[in-house]
Amino acid sequence: MGSQGGFYQSKEFLDLVKSIGEARSKAEEDRIVLSEIETLKRRISEPDTPKRKMKEYIIRLVYVEMLGHDASFGYIHAVKMTHDDSLLVKRTGYLAVTLFLNEDHDLIILIVNTIQKDLKSDNYLVVCVALNAVCKLINEETIPAVLPQIVELLAHPKEAVRKKAIMALHRFYQKSPSSVSHLVSNFRKRLCDNDPGVMGATLCPLFDLITNDVNSYKDLVISFVSILKQVAERRLPKAYDYHQMPAPFIQIKLLKILALLGSGDKQASEIMYTVVGDIFRKCDSSSNIGNAVLYECICCVSSIYPNPKLLASAADAISRFLKSDSHNLKYMGIDALGRLIKISPEIAEQHQLAVIDCLEDPDDTLKRKTFELLYKMTKSTNVEVIVDRMIDYMISINDNHYKTEIASRCVELAEQFAPSNQWFIQTMNKVFEHAGDLVNIKVAHNLMRLIAEGFGEDDNTADSQLRSSAVESYLYILGEPKLPSVFLQVICWVLGEYGTADGKYSASYITGKLCDVAEAYSNDETVKAYAVTALMKIYAFEIAAGRMVDMLPECHSLMEEFLASHSTDLQHRAYELQAVIGLDAHAVESIMPSDASCEDIEVDKALSFLNGYIQESIEKGAQPYIPESERSGMLNISNFRNQDHHEASSHGLRFEAYELPKQTVQARIPPASLASTELVPVPEPVYPRESYQTTTVPSVSSDAASTELKLRLDGVQKKWGRQTHFPSTSTSNSTSQKTVNGITQVDGSNTANSRTRETYDSGKQVEISPEKQKLAASLFGGPSKTEKKSATGHKSSKPSSHMVKSHAPKSSMEVASEKTSPVQQPPDLLDFGEPTVKSTAPSPDPFKDLEGLLEPTTQVSSAVNHSSTAAVTKPPDIMGLYTETPAGAHHKDSDILSGLSNSPMTNMVGGTTTMQVAQSSKSPNLKDSLEKDALVRQMGVTPSSQNPNLFKDLLGDCGINLIQPPRMGFNSQILTASSFLSNPLTNGATDHIPVITTLHGSIKVGTALDTVGQLVEEQCLDPFFSDKTNVMDAVHNLSTAKKAEIQYLRNLLERAEEQNRLIQAQVELHKNKEVTGMKDVEAGPGEICITKLVLRRM
Amino acid sequence: MIKAVMVMNTQGKSRLAKFYEYLSVEKQQELIRGVFSVLCSRAENVSNFIDAESIFGLDSRLVYKHFATLYFVFVFDSSENELAVLDLIQVFVETLDKCFQNVCELDIVFNYSKIHTILDEMVFGGQVVETSSSEIMKAVEEISKCFLSPFLLSCVKMHVDDVRFSTFALFLIRINR
Repeated sequence: MGSQGGFYQSKEFLDLVKSIGEARSKAEEDRIVLSEIETLKRRISEPDTPKRKMKEYIIRLVYVEMLGHDASFGYIHAVKMTHDDSLLVKRTGYLAVTLFLNEDHDLIILIVNTIQKDLKSDNYLVVCVALNAVCKLINEETIPAVLPQIVELLAHPKEAVRKKAIMALHRFYQKSPSSVSHLVSNFRKRLCDNDPGVMGATLCPLFDLITNDVNSYKDLVISFVSILKQVAERRLPKAYDYHQMPAPFIQIKLLKILALLGSGDKQASEIMYTVVGDIFRKCDSSSNIGNAVLYECICCVSSIYPNPKLLASAADAISRFLKSDSHNLKYMGIDALGRLIKISPEIAEQHQLAVIDCLEDPDDTLKRKTFELLYKMTKSTNVEVIVDRMIDYMISINDNHYKTEIASRCVELAEQFAPSNQWFIQTMNKVFEHAGDLVNIKVAHNLMRLIAEGFGEDDNTADSQLRSSAVESYLYILGEPKLPSVFLQVICWVLGEYGTADGKYSASYITGKLCDVAEAYSNDETVKAYAVTALMKIYAFEIAAGRMVDMLPECHSLMEEFLASHSTDLQHRAYELQAVIGLDAHAVESIMPSDASCEDIEVDKALSFLNGYIQESIEKGAQPYIPESERSGMLNISNFRNQDHHEASSHGLRFEAYELPKQTVQARIPPASLASTELVPVPEPVYPRESYQTTTVPSVSSDAASTELKLRLDGVQKKWGRQTHFPSTSTSNSTSQKTVNGITQVDGSNTANSRTRETYDSGKQVEISPEKQKLAASLFGGPSKTEKKSATGHKSSKPSSHMVKSHAPKSSMEVASEKTSPVQQPPDLLDFGEPTVKSTAPSPDPFKDLEGLLEPTTQVSSAVNHSSTAAVTKPPDIMGLYTETPAGAHHKDSDILSGLSNSPMTNMVGGTTTMQVAQSSKSPNLKDSLEKDALVRQMGVTPSSQNPNLFKDLLGDCGINLIQPPRMGFNSQILTASSFLSNPLTNGATDHIPVITTLHGSIKVGTALDTVGQLVEEQCLDPFFSDKTNVMDAVHNLSTAKKAEIQYLRNLLERAEEQNRLIQAQVELHKNKEVTGMKDVEAGPGEICITKLVLRRM
Repeated sequence: MIKAVMVMNTQGKSRLAKFYEYLSVEKQQELIRGVFSVLCSRAENVSNFIDAESIFGLDSRLVYKHFATLYFVFVFDSSENELAVLDLIQVFVETLDKCFQNVCELDIVFNYSKIHTILDEMVFGGQVVETSSSEIMKAVEEISKCFLSPFLLSCVKMHVDDVRFSTFALFLIRINR
């Protein structure tokens, strides 16, 4: 087809496009378009515009609207065009309305009828175009009007129509699930359509349905797997190949569906292992689409029940992605890595340098993706590096949306993992300074609260150090020219509370600074209010301390200004300040106690302190107070007012702690997290992110899940405190282990770790720059376990978060053993000395646990009770190691064994026996899952899942024969037939029988499935078979040609009409010269004549 | 689900814009401008993916591909795979190429409605329905046959006879393929 390919457009349109293309400025373009709109407006409303012209006008309208100009004057004409008989015109009309109108537009009602009619058309092209419009234009109310026809079309002989009907139904489902809920079975039916294209299209709605409700589609797992298998084995017609890949888009969709179905379902996942493994092997990683399928495989593997073999292949694929030069692949690799580290965290180790390369890449997208990954793998050891990087990046970008996101992530990470308060405050300062107004106000409240509360009761010196360092840093920062409002509020508050607390700065210095703030940001009421209150606090503290208050002149002028302020709030605060200054020390002391912002204010609602006064007044003859409810006639209203009073009491005068947050602060803005705040008062600090990993596993303890996304502040700050006071905070009931000894141990083993790491790295990759290595070491060097939150949870009283390092001598032992055998077992070494989340609490991933126990290279796991107060926990496989190390180990062993008096020693050595130890110390829940996992492993190792075998048996000879016939229809029919045949046999599900019967209906070659093989043979033998299809083709072509002829004649007619009009115009011209009134009468017969002429020619 | 398909040239002129959820004309223009401002600031040899959440709201990704003077942009949500969409763009462009023999920007400009037809065959209501460019071509040609070229028309005039017409039509159709 030539470039004009039948979509003829006039020169005018071409000129328009050209002139717009050549326009030098937006203004010029607008001018051209506006004049075009004028022309169109005029022409389009002329009566009797020929259809051909009209069609072009409409196209021009669409074009104009694409350029951003309003074309609503032409909408009605587009709607009219859809009524037209000519397909060409109709198509244009539909195209225009789908682009112009939305489903709630007033004109839709005019189209519904046309759509209904067109859906019934004999010409499938008309049906297609109507279906296209259905997708876009039918809303919830109008669905019933077309629904029956759409359902009918699901059985249309043309596959294009079936495909589109499915999509339309899918669209209805998206718009209003309830309207088509009874038709969902149709999707299942269409899955075994004899056209693979239709089957592929059906996967779209099924994907949506399964996303919403996994459990009701579990029975389809086998079907999906067998379809995928057939696709991967190239059983589909060649036409579906794309860049030598068999139907990759279908494969991707299927893998996505399998990922959903297999998530947390061991049984379903087992069925998938073989086929996913096959695809891993078969995928051609040189082409883009091959990598797309590979990536989808990784996603699938990381979503379904873990299988070590598949995880290994996934890790392999990821490393190929990361090593690739293509940024796209790196991006996908980083993304995939982020998915996989949830399951096997140790994989990140191998790719640390690649990740760092991505972090330094000029490509922004890649950088952001990498930050996302880092965010996922942050723990207390690398938080400083990661947050620093994030802040640097945050400063460098302008995109507010992403700035907000990354700022809130920084805050979140800082709150969870901050190694010291100093660092935390500095980090928060940076965040506020550079993204202040983008940060949620709650973060600011949180910061104030942290500074106010410090670490808790028993460490006042550290608290005051923290405060004075905060004050100092804020005084320094105030020198910056422009600060965000939120940050200024924090600064004012802190200066007010603690500015003079340590006596380093005089009251006049601080008040001077505060006055400067209030003046410099004179258009920010909130900041001014904070500043006034801060001033008041400082003066109050001064008075209470018995010092003379000496108001600065600028402070006086400020007060005067505020006393007359339009803002009642400011005015109020200024008056309060004035009043406070006039009081004596004692009174001030009681209304504004120093450093009392953390104390709860008790509101005496009964106002009992007034009792004496009232008594006095009544004695003097005053009327006693009648409660409002007892006053006549105003019952309801007064009730209301009562409530109001209530409210008011909490909003009224607040000298104290106006920002004491009542809820835990959420660092994330999304509303999804809102619900969880209700759980606040529960004292046990469970960290939200733990449930991160557990989401993929069914046996998640419910409380872990419910705390997802919630920031537990109380836990956070305690955690920063001295790391040593873990004992006795245990609220968890699972085991009574307690870690004895905290951070010093951690540090020791960490440094050991990173040291070995560095030597390991440098041994392997000499050319890497030292900075990168350093970065790598700081990012990855620490504990490599997944636990994000529980790393912080030193405090969290989770059993055994520090099991490994509970003994000083032990950790040195570890280092020693690492040094003795550094190369043979690198992963083992890396895993040493790490807090093992695995065995903590509601075991996020029991399967991994098991692996850990069974394979010698993996992690330390369970813990054994030592005594009720302090349990020395010792991972079994470390034990094994120790028994092998000759010297010094003896002493160690006996030491531990004495602790393990109740568990038999023999259990400590071997693979399966260790498991028992683990079980004995774990909650029953975990025990169960471990047992199950043993089963999984057995199943996983034996490669034969039942389905493929059965499938082969079933297909047997005919499956192979089927590859030969050239026509895809039949081939695929058998294909799908066979895939469904295998179903009832394997799972005995009865609901596939209807499916098969429908197949019976649709297979035209035979009635019974057992004759299918025979038929195939016949076909293969029949030399004319392919010719036959050609004849069919010819018949089809003939009919289209016929239609084309009709179309042509219609066009002729149109032209004739045009001519007619020309003549008419001429006649009119003549008539006008003679008798103006007669023209209509004359024109009529002329028209008829010409139509007759045309008809005769036909 | 695919949220939008855009084709724009390197000067930011919109050549095709199709949104699968209704948006007002102003909003569409804003998005197109937003996309272009991101696209034109991208260096060469970087990835084809852009984090589009700041432009299109939550859960949206953007994949683009640069061909000569044109950017092909697909915006979609997490139910699609980035690399696959990249290939979808490839399919789209391959189809255009087959359709116009060495497609260039002008072809797209001047065959506005045909481009829409092709796209409609590929992406239907936001879902990918067809990914084989030959299948798409077939469907588009089927539609094009309704508008027979002037040459064919003049031939048809001469062969009114059914049989001769049909053989001739067949011949023509073969040529077309």
